[in-house]
Amino acid sequence: MKQLLIRLMFMMLPVTAWAAGGAGVALDSFDVDIHDKASLQRGVQLYTNYCLGCHSLGHSRYERVANDLGIPNELYEQNLIFTGAKIGELMHSAMPATEAAAWFGTPPPDLTLVARLRGADWLYTYLRAFYQDERRPWGVNNSIFPDVGMPHVLVGLQGMCAEEPKFGKPTIDPLTGQILEGAGCQKYVYQGSMTPAEYDRAMKDLVNFLVYVGEPSRLQAERIAPYVLGFLVILFVFVYLLNREYWKDVH
Amino acid sequence: MNRIIQWIDERLPIVQAYEKHLSKYYAPKNFNFLYFFGSLSLFVLINQIITGIWLTMSYNPTAEGAFASVEYIMRDVEYGWLLRYLHSTGASAFFVVVYLHMFRGLMYGSYKKPRELVWIFGMTIYLCLMAEAFLGYLLPWGQMSYWGAQVIVSLFGAIPVIGDGLTQWIRGDYLISGITLNRFFALHVIALPIVILGLVVLHLLALHEVGSNNPDGIEIKKKTDEYGRPLDGIPFHPYYTVHDLVALVIFLFVFCVVVFYFPEMGGYFIEKPNFEPANPLKTPEHIAPVWYFTPFYAMLRAVTIPFLGLSAKFWGVVVMGAAIAILFVLPWLDRSPVKSIRYKGWLSKIWLAIFAVSFVILGICGALPANEQPDWLAPLCTVLYFAFFILMPWYSKFEKTKPVPERVTG
Repeated sequence: MKQLLIRLMFMMLPVTAWAAGGAGVALDSFDVDIHDKASLQRGVQLYTNYCLGCHSLGHSRYERVANDLGIPNELYEQNLIFTGAKIGELMHSAMPATEAAAWFGTPPPDLTLVARLRGADWLYTYLRAFYQDERRPWGVNNSIFPDVGMPHVLVGLQGMCAEEPKFGKPTIDPLTGQILEGAGCQKYVYQGSMTPAEYDRAMKDLVNFLVYVGEPSRLQAERIAPYVLGFLVILFVFVYLLNREYWKDVH
Repeated sequence: MNRIIQWIDERLPIVQAYEKHLSKYYAPKNFNFLYFFGSLSLFVLINQIITGIWLTMSYNPTAEGAFASVEYIMRDVEYGWLLRYLHSTGASAFFVVVYLHMFRGLMYGSYKKPRELVWIFGMTIYLCLMAEAFLGYLLPWGQMSYWGAQVIVSLFGAIPVIGDGLTQWIRGDYLISGITLNRFFALHVIALPIVILGLVVLHLLALHEVGSNNPDGIEIKKKTDEYGRPLDGIPFHPYYTVHDLVALVIFLFVFCVVVFYFPEMGGYFIEKPNFEPANPLKTPEHIAPVWYFTPFYAMLRAVTIPFLGLSAKFWGVVVMGAAIAILFVLPWLDRSPVKSIRYKGWLSKIWLAIFAVSFVILGICGALPANEQPDWLAPLCTVLYFAFFILMPWYSKFEKTKPVPERVTG
């Protein structure tokens, strides 16, 4: 029966992977590294310049971000706060919610926890999934969030994709070696200021930052965890020996 | 020091209590690892109460402020994230240790005479624990908090005649709202913890009155030395306190790995939709209860046929309620002359295995959307779950048991 139980436990493992997936759309993935400070700094720069105008990080404070990312407070205040907020304040966007609802149909959501809600892979793919679609009010659509209300804010960087991009493991024609489907945008209406590789890296930085800001305590948790676990290992030696000493007289 | 103890003891029997429950409480010496989960449950309970007190200091129980106050705890309160993860992981850990503790009772017949009351108090704790967990799950005020509560509270609506009025009375509103959140908070932090603590005291008092069972299912009190001490018993303190300490450190290691590295546990301890604030206008695609409720949720969904003019939902609720209620009468369903699975016949062993496997499969079914599993699976496992209990009076009575030894075996 033990074996059966173990087997059932293993049966549950793929379920865990599935639970993180979403609506079954193929996603690109990348290795999140919230310890890469340079990447996080580039990420917060992108976020502040392109996203924070509409999307608040309403549970996070400027000061915490500055400190965790190793950006001097003064430098942060001068270059990365546009609303006149003090450094200890929450990172609210300047856009009033009621008017935002009128402009976009729905107010742009707060993104503090979006990485924990959607997952890093989803975000990384979503940000690279815009394409031209004249039927939509902003002239763009998104292949993994169909009919999204958001315009392609980063079009100046990425350029405009001409056709619906596909993601996940690419299908490659075995004869010609051409990519048939997958691997993101293949044809552009016009180029942006970044090459596709540069844009991918920028989106990794941005998502990396969003993962950090979703759970800033992760940095602290991973810093103290080894000490906690190390203490428990040492404690185990002592309680084990104590137990053995007492149980010597039990026969 | 001794004079202080003497002074108190003349006014309050602390020495007597210490001896009765610790230094002269004789526990069988052949406990195996399954016997750790009782004291671990107690430890997790204390963890929940202490972390809960500190969370309450910064939590805001209003529909407007609840979600933001949880993130405030996660970011702005010193070590608030640790308190919250200890509490959220503690909730799941509680059910892990309690399920193992209950399964131990099933294996070794710890519910059988003279321990019926121990079992019934324990089952009542389990029932209160489920209510406590359910109430607490609403408090972060995320999407899954909200819609989970919506689904569970609406179950009361399946009761004929009074159903609608009853659900409205429970919610205090026409839908789950800030009013519901306020009362759930009150019940979660005061009412149920008091009841649970009281029941834990009763559970332990009843246990210490009759003495602990053991993997052999032998009454150690039957064989005593000239001082009336059980020959196979050892004082709980220090022998089992140092023993449980080892288990506690191992448990804490696993627990801390989860708390520090995997607090969401892949969406099973903290569900992903809960990172979005509750929105009464937007139903999540797939509403799943937290993992420890999924077996019962699967039973609820397994009933799809209306009967006697009453809805399938009503019978689903009845089945779910019966699945828990039947555990209460277990001591009177088991007619076996022996307690432990070690000496029961092969029918009992097979049925216990079927029961355990069905329960686990039901748990998996309850976590998956209804269209991603064979539709016969959950109903089959529900039938097997009940068959384990309903057929027990026969198979436990007529099967051939093995002879029970006089003294405990290692």
